[in-house]
Amino acid sequence: MRRFLRPGHDPVRERLKRDLFQFNKCQLVTLLDDNSLHLWSLKQRSGASELQEEQRFTLRGPPGSPPSATQITVVLSHSSQEVLYLGTESGSVFVVELPSFRVLEDRTITSEAVLQRVPEEYRNRRSFELVEALREHPSNPNQILIGYSRGLIVLWDLRNHRVSHHFLSSQQLENLFWQKDGHQIISCHYDGSYTQWPVSNDNRQPEPLESKVPYGPFPCKAISKIYWLTTKKGLPYIIFQGGMPRASYGDRHSISVIHGSQQTAFDFTSRVIDFFVICNADPAAECDDPSAMVVLAEEELVVIDLKSAGWPVIHPPYLASLHCSAITCSHHVSNIPLKLWERVISAGSKQNSHYSNMPWPIDGGTNLAPDAPQRDLLLTGHEDGTVRFWDASGVCLRLLYKLSTVKVFLTDADPNDNMNSLGEDEWPPLRKVGTFDPYSDDPRLGIQKIYLCKYSGYLTVAGTAGQVLVMELNDEESEHVVDHAEADLLQDQEGYKWKGHERLKTRDEPVRFEPGFQPFVLVQCQPPAVVTSLALHSEWKLMAFGTSHGFGLFDHQQKRLVFVKCTLHPSDQLALEGPLSRVKSLKKSLRQSFRRIRRSRVSNRKQRAGGGNTTEVQEANSRFDQDALQEMELAPVQRKIEARSAEDSFTGFVRTLYFADTFLRDSTRHCPSLWAGTNGGTVYAFCLRVPPAERRTDELVRAEQAKEIQLMHRAPVVGILVLDGRGTPLPEPLEVAHDLSKSPDMQGSHQLLVVSEEQFKVFTLPKVSSKLKLKLTALEGCRVRKVTVTNFGSCKSDDYSENDLAILTNLGDIQIISLPFLKLQIRYPCIRKEDVSGIASCVFTKYGQGFYLISPSEFERFSLSTKWLVEPRCVVDTPEITRNNYLHNKSGVEKAPRKSRDSARSSGDPGEDERKSGRLMEHALLNDEKVLKEIQSTLEGGRGSYGERNSRRIHVGRGLSNGGAE
Amino acid sequence: MNRTHRGAGGGRGLGTMEVKSKFGAEFRRFSLERSKPGKFEEFYGLLQHVHKIPNVDVLVGYIDIHGDLLPINNDDNYHKAVSTANPLLRIFIQRKEDADYSAFGTATMTRKKNVLSNVLRPDNHRKKPHIVISMPQDFRPVSSIIDVDILPETHRRVRLYKYGTDKPLGFYIRDGSSVRVTPHGLEKVPGIFISRLVPGGLAQSTGLLAVNDEVLEVNGIEVSGKSLDQVTDMMIANSRNLIITVRPANQRNNIVRNSRTSGSSSQSTDTSLPGYALPIVQNFHPEEDDDTDEDDIIIEDNGEPQQIPKAVPTSESLESLTQIELMHESPQNGFVSSNEVNLCNSTGNINMDYEIHDPNKKPLEDGTIITL
Repeated sequence: MRRFLRPGHDPVRERLKRDLFQFNKCQLVTLLDDNSLHLWSLKQRSGASELQEEQRFTLRGPPGSPPSATQITVVLSHSSQEVLYLGTESGSVFVVELPSFRVLEDRTITSEAVLQRVPEEYRNRRSFELVEALREHPSNPNQILIGYSRGLIVLWDLRNHRVSHHFLSSQQLENLFWQKDGHQIISCHYDGSYTQWPVSNDNRQPEPLESKVPYGPFPCKAISKIYWLTTKKGLPYIIFQGGMPRASYGDRHSISVIHGSQQTAFDFTSRVIDFFVICNADPAAECDDPSAMVVLAEEELVVIDLKSAGWPVIHPPYLASLHCSAITCSHHVSNIPLKLWERVISAGSKQNSHYSNMPWPIDGGTNLAPDAPQRDLLLTGHEDGTVRFWDASGVCLRLLYKLSTVKVFLTDADPNDNMNSLGEDEWPPLRKVGTFDPYSDDPRLGIQKIYLCKYSGYLTVAGTAGQVLVMELNDEESEHVVDHAEADLLQDQEGYKWKGHERLKTRDEPVRFEPGFQPFVLVQCQPPAVVTSLALHSEWKLMAFGTSHGFGLFDHQQKRLVFVKCTLHPSDQLALEGPLSRVKSLKKSLRQSFRRIRRSRVSNRKQRAGGGNTTEVQEANSRFDQDALQEMELAPVQRKIEARSAEDSFTGFVRTLYFADTFLRDSTRHCPSLWAGTNGGTVYAFCLRVPPAERRTDELVRAEQAKEIQLMHRAPVVGILVLDGRGTPLPEPLEVAHDLSKSPDMQGSHQLLVVSEEQFKVFTLPKVSSKLKLKLTALEGCRVRKVTVTNFGSCKSDDYSENDLAILTNLGDIQIISLPFLKLQIRYPCIRKEDVSGIASCVFTKYGQGFYLISPSEFERFSLSTKWLVEPRCVVDTPEITRNNYLHNKSGVEKAPRKSRDSARSSGDPGEDERKSGRLMEHALLNDEKVLKEIQSTLEGGRGSYGERNSRRIHVGRGLSNGGAE
Repeated sequence: MNRTHRGAGGGRGLGTMEVKSKFGAEFRRFSLERSKPGKFEEFYGLLQHVHKIPNVDVLVGYIDIHGDLLPINNDDNYHKAVSTANPLLRIFIQRKEDADYSAFGTATMTRKKNVLSNVLRPDNHRKKPHIVISMPQDFRPVSSIIDVDILPETHRRVRLYKYGTDKPLGFYIRDGSSVRVTPHGLEKVPGIFISRLVPGGLAQSTGLLAVNDEVLEVNGIEVSGKSLDQVTDMMIANSRNLIITVRPANQRNNIVRNSRTSGSSSQSTDTSLPGYALPIVQNFHPEEDDDTDEDDIIIEDNGEPQQIPKAVPTSESLESLTQIELMHESPQNGFVSSNEVNLCNSTGNINMDYEIHDPNKKPLEDGTIITL
C-alpha cells in the first residue's frame, strides 16, 4: 500500500517547497529552503482529512559555528518513527526527536567520531565533507549507512555508537541504496558510475564487488539516485537517474531502467525532481518485485508500468499536465448533454491506446466530494495549435480529448521528428515520456478563441494568424479536403500594408482526421492578424469572427462569406503593422537608450583624459551630466490624464461579437441580428435575413447594417447582451429547442446592454435611447476585464434562480451586478492585481463558478454560488503501517536535491506568493464569520425585493490545482 | 460673435421655420420666415408678445445643433440661430434677474475653428475682428472653484469643463508621499500629485492647478488607498466633467476665507468682474451632474449621427413627452453650482488669473503642510 496524502501531490508545489517527504504515521516532514523543518500531520476534521502543520524547527549549531554546520543536506526518518537523522554540510549527523523536534545532542554523529575508525591516510584529506546520503538497514534498525560527498561510506552502529564498517570509494558520492536483504549496498557517483559493495561481518573494510559506468566510456553526468531491486525470476531491476554521456546527452533529464537485456532511458521534458519505485508491499516477501515507477518531474508526474511489456506509461487520473503547451485561451461549457459527452469521451479514448492498463498504483484516500451535479467541459487552447477538452465537473480536471488543428496546415516541423521513432540500436536507448512540451513549432498555430455549441456539436476555433476553423463532431475517421474561404477585412481601404506575420499555408490534398472534431471549413482573415473575437450560432449556421481590422460573418451551411466590415480608423497605423513590428520598435528604443547611456560614459572618459586647468570644470560638467541622466532615469512614473479620442490606436479592434434575435428595426418584427463591439467604444448592429430551414441551402443569407452606436467615453466594448421583455438575457442558440430554457419574451420591449471597460449601459430597442447606466471606472478606478451572465440558483428551492452579471476587474476583484437594474450586489477580491496572467486567464462558468491560472500549470477554481460548490474533500484512513513494509517501500532516505534547490531558489519563483494571496480570499470569506455575516447583510440590504438570498452567499472553493488537492 | 453670418440673407431653407419657445414651464410654438428673420429687437418683442410678458427683461437662448445652449442677444447670433435651426428652432427664455449665466455656453468646436481660420487666412486679416467684450452670458466656463464653503481652507476643489473644447486636459499625475496627522502622530502616507502641466492645456490655462498639488479626491471620491493607475482611470473616465480636489502645493494663493462671510467673500480670479452676482452656493453632489456622457451617438441605417436620447420612463404618460424631450435638449453640464467661475471668451482665451494678496492676512507658512 502506497499512500499519497490526497489524490495527488502537486508537483509544482513540491518543487517550490523543496520538500522532503517522510511518511510516518500519516505525518510528513518537509525541509524548506530556509533550512527549517516542518512537521505536518493528516487529521480528520468534520469528516474530511486535512493536512495540518504541527511543529516547525530550525537546527541551530553551537554559538559561533558557521551556518554550514547546521545546513541540512539530507534527512532520514528512522523506522522507529521517533527520531530524525539530519545530515549536514559540516559532515555531522544530528538526531532530533519527533514530534517535539528536540535535539538529542548525545547521539550526534560528528565527523570526528567517524574518522576515528577510518584509516590514517584517509583521515587527513577527508575531513569536513558534507553528508550526502543516509540509509537505514532494511531489517536492522540499529544500523545506518552514512555517505559523505568525497566518497567515504560508513556503516554506523547506533547501539554502540561507533563505525562498524567503512567503504572507501575513490569517486565523489551522489547517493546510496541498500538491497532488500541487507547484504549489498550500491553507491552511485558523480562520474556516472555505480558500485556494488558487499556487507558482511567478516570484512569491515570491503573492496567493491563491481563498478560500472553504464553510459561510458566517455565522460558521463552524475548518477544522482539509484535503485537495485530484486525479482523472483532473478534478474534485478537497476533504476537510476542521470548518468548520460556528458557531451551529447548531458542536457537530458533521464531515468534509466535496466532489467536483464532490456534497457530504456526514459527521457523527461523537464527536470526530474525525484522518483521512487513501487514494490511488493508484503513485508514478508523476499523480493522487491517492482511494479511501477513514479517520477516527479518539474512540470508533471509520470508513472511508468514496469510489469507490462514495453514499460508503458499509466494514464494519470489527475495531475494531468495542463500546460504541456502554454495555455493561450480557455472556454467553459456548462451542463453538457450526455450524448455529446459520450461522443467526446469515446473520441478521446481512442487517443489513449498507448497507455498501460495497469490501475493507478497510488491510493490517495477516498474522495468524499459528491458526484458532480452536471457535466462541465473546460476547453483550453494551446500555443501549439491544440485544444484540450477537460472534464471540469468535479474536483479534478481530467483530460477527455485532445484536438489538434495542425493537420490542416503545412508547417515546417517534421511530424516524425523527435518522436519515439528512434531505431533499435540507438544508444543510449532514449524514450520520450510525459506530455509536457513547451516548444511550439510555429507560434501562428496558437489558439486564441474557442466556441463550442453543446447541442449541435459544432466547434469553432480561431488562431493567431487569422485562421478560423469550423468543425463538426464525427465518430468515424474521415479523409477530406478542408474548404477554404478568405475574408478580406480591408476591402475598401487603400494604401495599407500589413507588416505582421504571414498566414499559415494550407494543405490542398485530403487530410486524414481521426474520430472527433473534424474541421470542414477554414476561413482565413486577411490581413492574418490575431482573431480577437468569435461567435457561433448553430441554429442559423452562422459564424462571426473579428480581428483588429474588422469583422465578418460566415455562413457555414453554404460555406459562403456573408459580409465583412472594416472597423479600422484611418489613423490607426499600429493595427496594420502586426505584432512583429511592435517588437521591433521596442527593440529599437531599447537600443537607443543603451546607446545614449554608453555615449555619456564615453564622453565622461574623454573629458577626464583632457589635462590642464580645465579638468575640474569638465569633471563638474560630467558630474552634472551624470546627475541629469540619473534624474532622467529616476523620474517618477507619471500618468497622462487625457480624454480618449477617436484617434487613439487600436480603436478598430473587435472585442466582442454577439448574435441575438431581437427588435432591431421596428417594434413589431424581430429578426436575427449580429452585434459587434470595438476597442474604440463603437457598437455595430447588423440585421440578418436567414432563410427558413427548408430553403436554407438555396437562398442566401443577407445582412444589412442597421445601427451604429458610438459611446462617447470611448472605452473598449467588452460585452453586448440583449435582454428580453422580462429583463432576462436571451437564451443561447438551440437552448429553447432543447427545452432547456424558457422561450424569450418577445412581447415586451427588448433592451440592449452594452458593457464597456468603464461603464454598463442599458438602451431601449428598437429605438435606441439610454435607459440606465452604471459607471464603474469613474467611481472606483477599476476596469472590466471579463464579463459573463451568471445564473445563480437557490440552494433551498430548485425553481428559483436569477441572472446577474459577474465581472472581473483589472484589480482582480469580482463584482456581481444585478440584471436588469445594474445594481452592484457584492464585490470581493479574488486575484492579486499584479497577477496579470491570472486575470487574463479567468473564465466564468454559466452557474457562478470560475477558473483562473495561478501558475502556468494550475487552475484555481472558485465559486460565487452556493449551489454549485465543488470542494475537494477526502478521507485518508490511517491504518497501522507495519514497520518493515513502511520502511522498505516507502522512503528510507530521500535526498535533498541540493543543486536543484539552489537553482530554484535563485530563480525566485513567484508562484508561492500568488498562491498565498489566492488563499487570502478563502480565509477571509470562509474562516471569518464576521465577513460572512457582512456579506449576507449586504446582500439582504441590496436585494430587498427578492425573497431568496441564501443563494447569494459567497462560497469560495478550495484551491485546487489541476486536479490535485491542496 | 465676431463673425458675420453668411447666408443669412440667402436662406437655405425655403418657406417657414418652426420655433418652439419655452419660458418657465410654458411652451409657445410659432413660425418664422426663414429667409427674412428680421432683427433681434423684433424677435425679442415677438417673444415677449407670444409669452405675454411684455415688460419682463429676459435672456434669450437657443439650442444649437450640438445641443449647446447659446445666447441670442444681437442680430448676428440671432441670424445664426435661425439659419442653423434644423428643423425647428428651440428657444429658452429666462428672467434676467434669476438667470443662471453659467448655463450658457459649453461652446462648440465650430466656433473655435472659425476663429482659427480667420486668423490663418490672410484675406480675413483685412477685416480686423472687433473684439466685443460681451456680457458674462457670452462666456462659457472652462473651470471653476467649487464648494469653497465646505472644504478646509487648505483644499481647493476645481472643476474642469472638458466638454466642448478641443483643448487637451493637459496634466500628468504621479505617486508621492505626504504627511498626515493621525492618531499616532505625524505619518507619511502615499499620495497622488500633479507632476506636470502641458503648456496650453486646459489644466494650465485655468491657473487653478499646479505641479506638486496633491490630489485628494476625484469627482467626490477620495483617492487615498488607490493606486496611480486607478486614479488615472478614474480621472480619464470622468474627463468630460472632471472635479478634482487638491491641496495646492503653494498655499499662498489659496483662498483665505473669513468665517463670517463664508462662500461670498472668496477672493479669486473673477471676483473682480464688476456687477457679476455670485450665484448661490450649492454643495457639490456627484450624482447631480450624472449627465455629462449622455451624448452617445447613434447612426441608424447609415443615416446621420444623432445623440441618443434618454429613455422615457414607462410610467410617464404621453402628456409628459414634451417634458422628457427637453431633457436631452438641455445643456450637458446643467446648472453649475459654482461660486467662482473661470471664464473664457469665445473669441480667444482670455485668461483672467489674478493673484490677490490681502495685506491684512499673512500668507500661510511654507513648509510641511498638514492635513487635518
